Amino acid sequence: MSIRGKAYIAGVYEHPLREIPDRSSSQIQAEVAFGALADAGLTLADVDGYFTDSAHGFGGLSMADYLGLKLRHIDSTETGGSSYVVHVGHAAEAIAAGKCSVALITMAGRPRSAAMGMGRGGEPVPDSVFEGLWGMSGAVTGYALAATRHMYQYGTTSAQMAEVKVAASLHAQHNPNAYLPKAVTVEEVLDSPMISSPLRRMDCCVVTDSGGAIVVVSPEVAASLPRQCAKVLGHGEAVKHADMGRLDLTYTGAVVSGPIAFEEAGVTPADIKYASIYDSFTITVIETIEDLGFCEKGKGGEFVLDGGLVAPFGKLPFNTDGGGLCNNHPSNRGGVTKVIEAVRQLRGEANGPTQVPNCNIALAHGTGGSIGARMGSSTLILGQEDA
Amino acid sequence: MSTTELPNPAPYIAPEMKGFWAATAEGRLTMPKCDDCAEYVWYPRPFCPACGSTNVTWTDVSGNGTVYTFTVVHRSGVPGYREALPYVIAYVQLEEGPKVMTNIVGIEPEQVTVGMPVSVVFNDTEKGNALFRFQPA
Repeated sequence: MSIRGKAYIAGVYEHPLREIPDRSSSQIQAEVAFGALADAGLTLADVDGYFTDSAHGFGGLSMADYLGLKLRHIDSTETGGSSYVVHVGHAAEAIAAGKCSVALITMAGRPRSAAMGMGRGGEPVPDSVFEGLWGMSGAVTGYALAATRHMYQYGTTSAQMAEVKVAASLHAQHNPNAYLPKAVTVEEVLDSPMISSPLRRMDCCVVTDSGGAIVVVSPEVAASLPRQCAKVLGHGEAVKHADMGRLDLTYTGAVVSGPIAFEEAGVTPADIKYASIYDSFTITVIETIEDLGFCEKGKGGEFVLDGGLVAPFGKLPFNTDGGGLCNNHPSNRGGVTKVIEAVRQLRGEANGPTQVPNCNIALAHGTGGSIGARMGSSTLILGQEDA
Repeated sequence: MSTTELPNPAPYIAPEMKGFWAATAEGRLTMPKCDDCAEYVWYPRPFCPACGSTNVTWTDVSGNGTVYTFTVVHRSGVPGYREALPYVIAYVQLEEGPKVMTNIVGIEPEQVTVGMPVSVVFNDTEKGNALFRFQPA
């Protein structure tokens, strides 16, 4: 069974704040839920399916209780930052199967103000033992391991990776809510402090308190709503792991999730007018655009030169909100904002000069976990209502 | 390596990992090898994900390999390590095949290269086991 045309994104909402010291993550969850439902022209009482990650409360139970949801479908799939791209696909599947008709997806967190992190503790898992002894410091170390290998194998350079940050920053200057709204140059990126070689500070995404929500509905509900909806055309997901120590860090799970999504949508990379590409780090973008087929494997570094990612006229306009690199990476997870900006582009509501003309088909790709070990990958292809 | 010694934190030892960590105290790097398909299994587990067999045997490996990739860590929040900056985290590909995460020691961080031959060394945790790290061969 295909989900093509079986579900529509009717509402999206990105929390406007990036530093939130004075309210709880739960309240932010409620604010983004209300925001996305209002955007759709719906209310909490309409929601019968709920999707969230495991980072806040007991699966989805705590937030379902807090929001007072009356549910007949719940899903708390956890694949790190790619979770909310997965959730859109799973919501479309549930709607297509008749399990719900108004699916609410929410996420929020405050890593700047309340770095309590995810509920860890308890018995360690094996990977945390065999990778935790060597001084791995946050996500950057694992992505740096991938970047070193990609540079070695394909000749990718630090200056090429810097172009990804530059493109994101050129977009962020038009976003009044962006955490880092200033355009930067390749030289500024290369002059920023080394964190974990070859990745410098400006190769890394921002850390923000924020959240986001998405409302996915059945075609019948979509037809009854006043706003323009985005049609779900295709979705693919994958888990790529360390494979008994046979890992290859030069590619991502997008090599699996991408072709599945393109086939279901009935489109090719050449049809994509705008792409939200998960940008936890600059290397994440380079590997992902190769793996999704926007360029030959190993040529991502060349692809991003000469404004290749810059809207509206680059080869592949990307992350027009400024992305995780400059705008927002709520709760250290960026998947929700990837979907939200793709919907804005399809509705013609991107920030001024970053709107891609005639944007009828868009892609949102999420990457969660670490490309240095094990990751979740999810590719979503959306179209305008008549796509 | 950096002038400060790396810390030697004691590992969490799951019941089925006792054999692995006991071997480190004797200077041996060992891992399950599948009796049926001959694949090495890293990280260790008491079955073979490659073929589904539950017949695996602890098998010592040479401890020789090459650097598959590495990073020089300049900022770290990890206690013990953050006092030892900069330090090198790497995947070493063993000559038996598997790639293992580790530190590269005994060399200035900026001298480490992809493809460099390395061999295992063991750093005592003083808890009856040792951490496996690698130095230039």
